[in-house]
Amino acid sequence: MLRLFALGLAALTVLVVPASARDKLTIYTYDSFISDWGPGPKIKASFEAECNCELEWVAVADAVATLNRVRLEGSNTSADILLGIDTSLAAEASATGLFEDHGIDTQNVSLPVTWTDKTFVPYDYGHFAIIYDSEQIETPPASLQALVNGDPDQKIVIQDPRTSSPGLGLLLWMKAVYGNKAGEAWTRLSKRVLTVTPGWSEAYGMFTKGEAPMVLSYTTSPAYHMVAENTDRYRAAAFPEGHYMQIEVAGMLKSSRNKPLARQFLTFMTGPGFQNHIPTNNWMWPAGKISEPLPDAFDKLVKPAKSLLLPAEEVRANRKAWIDEWLKATTK
Amino acid sequence: MLATRSAGFNPAIIAAAVALGLIILAVATPMLALVAIAPSMPSLGADYLAFVWAITKFTLLQAGLSTLLSVAAAIPLARALARQASFPGRSIILRLLALPLALPALVVVLGIIEVWGRQGWVSTLVQGIGLGGPLNIYGLTGILIAHVFFNMALSARLMIASLEQIPPENWRLAAQLSFTSRHVFRHIEWPVIRSVLPGIASLVFMLCIASFAIVLVLGGGPKATTLEVAIYQSLRFDFDPPRAVLLALLQILLCAGLFVLGGRMATDIAVMSSVGKPARRPDQSASRFTDVLTIVAGLGFIALPMLAIVVSGVTAPFAAIVSQAVFWRALATSLILALTAASLALAMAWSMLAAQRTIMRRRTPSRTASALVSGLQASGSLILVAPPIVIGAGWFVTLHTAGLAGSAAPAIVAIVNALMALPFVLRILRPAVVGQAQVHDRLCASLGISGWQRWRLIDLPVLARSLALAFAFAAALSIGDLGAAALFGSADFVTLPLLLLQKMGSYRSFEAAGIALLLAGFCLGLIWLAEQLKPGAQAQ
Repeated sequence: MLRLFALGLAALTVLVVPASARDKLTIYTYDSFISDWGPGPKIKASFEAECNCELEWVAVADAVATLNRVRLEGSNTSADILLGIDTSLAAEASATGLFEDHGIDTQNVSLPVTWTDKTFVPYDYGHFAIIYDSEQIETPPASLQALVNGDPDQKIVIQDPRTSSPGLGLLLWMKAVYGNKAGEAWTRLSKRVLTVTPGWSEAYGMFTKGEAPMVLSYTTSPAYHMVAENTDRYRAAAFPEGHYMQIEVAGMLKSSRNKPLARQFLTFMTGPGFQNHIPTNNWMWPAGKISEPLPDAFDKLVKPAKSLLLPAEEVRANRKAWIDEWLKATTK
Repeated sequence: MLATRSAGFNPAIIAAAVALGLIILAVATPMLALVAIAPSMPSLGADYLAFVWAITKFTLLQAGLSTLLSVAAAIPLARALARQASFPGRSIILRLLALPLALPALVVVLGIIEVWGRQGWVSTLVQGIGLGGPLNIYGLTGILIAHVFFNMALSARLMIASLEQIPPENWRLAAQLSFTSRHVFRHIEWPVIRSVLPGIASLVFMLCIASFAIVLVLGGGPKATTLEVAIYQSLRFDFDPPRAVLLALLQILLCAGLFVLGGRMATDIAVMSSVGKPARRPDQSASRFTDVLTIVAGLGFIALPMLAIVVSGVTAPFAAIVSQAVFWRALATSLILALTAASLALAMAWSMLAAQRTIMRRRTPSRTASALVSGLQASGSLILVAPPIVIGAGWFVTLHTAGLAGSAAPAIVAIVNALMALPFVLRILRPAVVGQAQVHDRLCASLGISGWQRWRLIDLPVLARSLALAFAFAAALSIGDLGAAALFGSADFVTLPLLLLQKMGSYRSFEAAGIALLLAGFCLGLIWLAEQLKPGAQAQ
């Protein structure tokens, strides 16, 4: 039994021992980014082709967890770059004091909003949207207000803002549109909420199983179904009040021992070698230069008339209070 | 002889002390590490305390009700399955009862929704025959359905294991006395069930207290917030490690307190061992009809969500799944983890039980020895209510500080999984081992058989069935575990449940459904394998 245990440990250890020799750049990110079907492996290949270095991806479960890992490790983290947190966490990340200004030329960056942050560089973006099943719903809600006030028997599944990034996104969306009246709006919306899941996967899984005809996701979600499954059954509802944005960013750590290489990567990140892999691997809009046309499916996606984004510092200062407001309004 | 024994410590006691130390170390180290990195004390205002009080009440309510229902429903099911020893497909049913443990909560939740949801099978049936609108299980009902699904199966399996150890002599006697089913229950079955009930109920209670995804998804919203959710929240967006540790301690103390209360109701383990051949139970034919009904109903409840998982899994693109190298890597990692964790859990449980046996053999156990026994019993369960996110984050800090984050992580995952399996293993082995001890101790002493010889010649053959079952549960638990494995996630350390979650998280729900099915299949394979490794099976 002991021998079996020892053997097991030995085998497990073999699985995690890295092999390295060249200059190495370590990037922490969320795990779906570097899965076989994510953009990570392709980006690694194209960056290594021009940097004469080794890019090591270290994946943690999700974006919040990557930031927390760096917080747990503090200044002796082995990460050079953290990639994957979004704008609602950016101020919190800056406040840890662990990040250094990127200092790169961001002329390639293209976003629906102007980007001025000195610490983080954006690499893709998306808009939150209510995705509906066109086989269950003929006329989707035409606005956020219609969603909030609609038929309570027509259900939606959302995510918990205490545990999930899209959940936090909807909280901010409601805040951006309703301001001081967000609490009342939540009370009304909660009548339509079938359930609140801890993460995106549970909610989207319930939605595709047909349990609810609407789910909180991204405007880009239908692109996946069109490209990979050849169906336009799942569509995004366009809201004239605007759609809240999620911009995903990367930043360089102060403790990095390889800052020139880290800067080289951040610059590379805004160009085609990185950006070409974003649309059909990460299912988000590229935030930099691409050299290949976007897939046709992206043309058919809802393009929000207005992009909503609250200032990062305001989000940081008020997140807890807004979550309390949400809790009070939805547990009435 | 008594003097020499108390003077020096027996190897079994030393082994047990090591196991106990390991458990305390595994739980305390991460908590201390998290407190140590804290820049400040946790922020706990009056509002927050009121919130904690409210969620504590809900946590206890849902866990208490879940336990009550699971155990109450398990008793008739266990009796029926134990009684109908020749029920067609019985051995397969028994294996299925261990399966829910191996399935990640997310998979089970979707299976339950497929059966009980608004658009589920039951809803469709109810609407089809005109009995009203769609079912709405979201709320306490949904939480209870899911918890009973997991834990009725588990409780029934553990009860059957002890019912099967009733000596055939009892059945012959019952036949001679023309016992009815009621008599059998009162005089034979209930004493056995009662002796294992506190152990089973406490296990189920802990599993329900620590339940997280099920409570949020099926609970219908933030009204169904448990301590585990608050702990998770503290360590994610709020990033307040000391608060997470405080809440984790509250959860552990809550369970510990309830066990102290519950411990007074515990009875001694019934002595059960026999050398005779299995006897036919006198009440088998008379209760056949109601037993079949009970089995069909109980099994239906457990099997339907599993069937839903199979139905969504069979159409999965298996060719695509198995053509990915990452699938095979994940499978290898999961199998090695499961086998390592299960072996380790069995070895630890054995050393703890051997120590207990040694101590109980003494006529006047020393104070230290008694304290060790109760410590062993309580701490064996500790890890189940220690939130995986706290354990994972804390261990991460510890290993990182020691510069071992990459290399030691798999070992920690295996150890944490083994510790999580320990409460199950102890509950399966303890009645058997203690019963054996009471029967065989004197015989072994008079024949001078001890140590390895005794283990090989006496214990192993008689305990083979319990060991196989314990191994199966431990392997199932760690092959399906996500908590420990997810926290050390790196590109090179992917387990099957982790891969499944990654697929779910990137729109690939068809592939995820296929992986869930394969996961269940491998788990059944492990259970079957464990059953084949019974060197002394013919002795029974």
